[in-house]
Amino acid sequence: MSSIVISTVSISVITALFAVLLTIADRTIGNYGQVTMTINDDKQFTVDGGSSLLSTLIEEKIFIPSACGGKGTCGYCKVQILDGGGPVLATETPFMTEEELANNVRLSCQCKVKQDIRIQIPEELFNVKEFEVTVEAIEDLTDVIKKLRFKLPEGEEINFKPGQYVQLKAPLYEGNDEEVYRAYSIASSPLEKGYVELVIGFVPEGIATTYVHHHLEVGDKATINGPFGDFYYQDNDREMVMVAVGTGVAPILSLLNFMRSKGIDRKARFYFGAKTPSDLFMLDYFKQLEEDLPDFKFIPCLSRVGEEDGWDGFKGRVNNAIDEMLQEGEGKEAYLCGNEPMIDSVVKSLTEKGMPENLIYYDKF
Amino acid sequence: MIELNPFVIFIAAIFTNNMILSNFLGMCSFVAVSKEINTSLGLGQAVTFVLAGTSIINYLVYHYLLLPYNLEFLRFIIFIISIAAFVQLIEMILERYIPNLYYALGIFLPLITVNCAILGVSLFMVIRDYTFLQSFGFAVGSGLGWTLAIVALAGIRQKLKRASVPKGLEGPGITLIVTGLMALAFIGFSGIVQIS
Repeated sequence: MSSIVISTVSISVITALFAVLLTIADRTIGNYGQVTMTINDDKQFTVDGGSSLLSTLIEEKIFIPSACGGKGTCGYCKVQILDGGGPVLATETPFMTEEELANNVRLSCQCKVKQDIRIQIPEELFNVKEFEVTVEAIEDLTDVIKKLRFKLPEGEEINFKPGQYVQLKAPLYEGNDEEVYRAYSIASSPLEKGYVELVIGFVPEGIATTYVHHHLEVGDKATINGPFGDFYYQDNDREMVMVAVGTGVAPILSLLNFMRSKGIDRKARFYFGAKTPSDLFMLDYFKQLEEDLPDFKFIPCLSRVGEEDGWDGFKGRVNNAIDEMLQEGEGKEAYLCGNEPMIDSVVKSLTEKGMPENLIYYDKF
Repeated sequence: MIELNPFVIFIAAIFTNNMILSNFLGMCSFVAVSKEINTSLGLGQAVTFVLAGTSIINYLVYHYLLLPYNLEFLRFIIFIISIAAFVQLIEMILERYIPNLYYALGIFLPLITVNCAILGVSLFMVIRDYTFLQSFGFAVGSGLGWTLAIVALAGIRQKLKRASVPKGLEGPGITLIVTGLMALAFIGFSGIVQIS
């Protein structure tokens, strides 16, 4: 009995000693005092030094896209640092191209603000805002995919281009002890400025998807920030080839909703890839879109159907569908959203059909 | 037990009792960070540095805190805590005062906290009843031995890039086989000195 007490007490005491030592070190050695952050040679902020540039910017309500929450694994939070960034770290180089290295582009989650710093960020990031939203509806699209409708606070609105994404904050909950931001494309039309709809699939052990699928309920509050992204609707008359798999349907829905509410008359074909008939969803919605839009066809492609399913649509993957059904790639443009292998194979099929690569817009996840 | 000269222990820790190639400790970072000679040299230096520091701290903690109160059974957990605290502290100090060293070693420091070779050295030195100097020699020797092994492996792996490795063995698979062959080669040193 006494040995249990002695062990507990001595471990606590020694741990506490180290903790005190580290706290003192953090206050003295780790304290870089106040430094000045200059953005675009225009805005100046006085900030506490010592944290990463990404979190310093978030403190100042400037939101740089970051999917991994500052762990240095997604490579999205790139920022041009003109002065005061220190040398490039080995943790950043895998995400950088030669050109970016030459232009002093850095991963803002890896750079620490230790001295006066001068950075350059795209103006549109100042348009990014954080919203305290309310869950208004949750709809099960399939067993593993939900569509959520969020209402922005009264009087606030979000201005985005169809195809862009927002970041949803996964808060602390039982089983999750870190706050992370995850990116989800907006599915609703940008003309609906008071609402945001997201399509979110369940990933086993995913921090944000577990939060959405198992914890979030109608009426709950959630935090999103946005909009971000350079994947969006291009205003011209070319015929559109849209391709998506799974939750990649979201930005395409936004595009279609936008075209419907604006009454845009463009030929559009949407190839949607899934495995079995049970992975398909919103079929009535697309049927309605086919009727409402002047020239739109929804083409579901199933890769794993047997005779017993009675499937009379396209059998195979989306790139096979394009190989077979797309007549000519020239004069058209493509919008792709899905996983990397799908995007790569579809880009290959499209370029073989003669579509120039700069007219293929995609969003990989 | 014969009283061993600390220098003998130092040499033995590099060659005959190499942490990786005879004890197979510290394998995770050994396999993960051995793709480039420069990077592995940086990691090796960081390991040596941390080993030297933690052997001193853990020696003092063990002999002046744990032994007098008959708490030596707590050494596992206490050593882990002190290693973690030491690494954290060193990282802060380097970042603030020796930035160049921080950029060379600092990014590896968090990896080292969980390197079992570090804990292994601290445990061996108390199990084998080393004196202070013996412990220090053992720690520095082990660190250099670890560095030697990882740099050698990185050299081999850089050459391996041009070899045609069977598909299923690419990456860690072939690395472990190479490590095994290196361990066989290191048996050749075993006639020099033996410390355990």
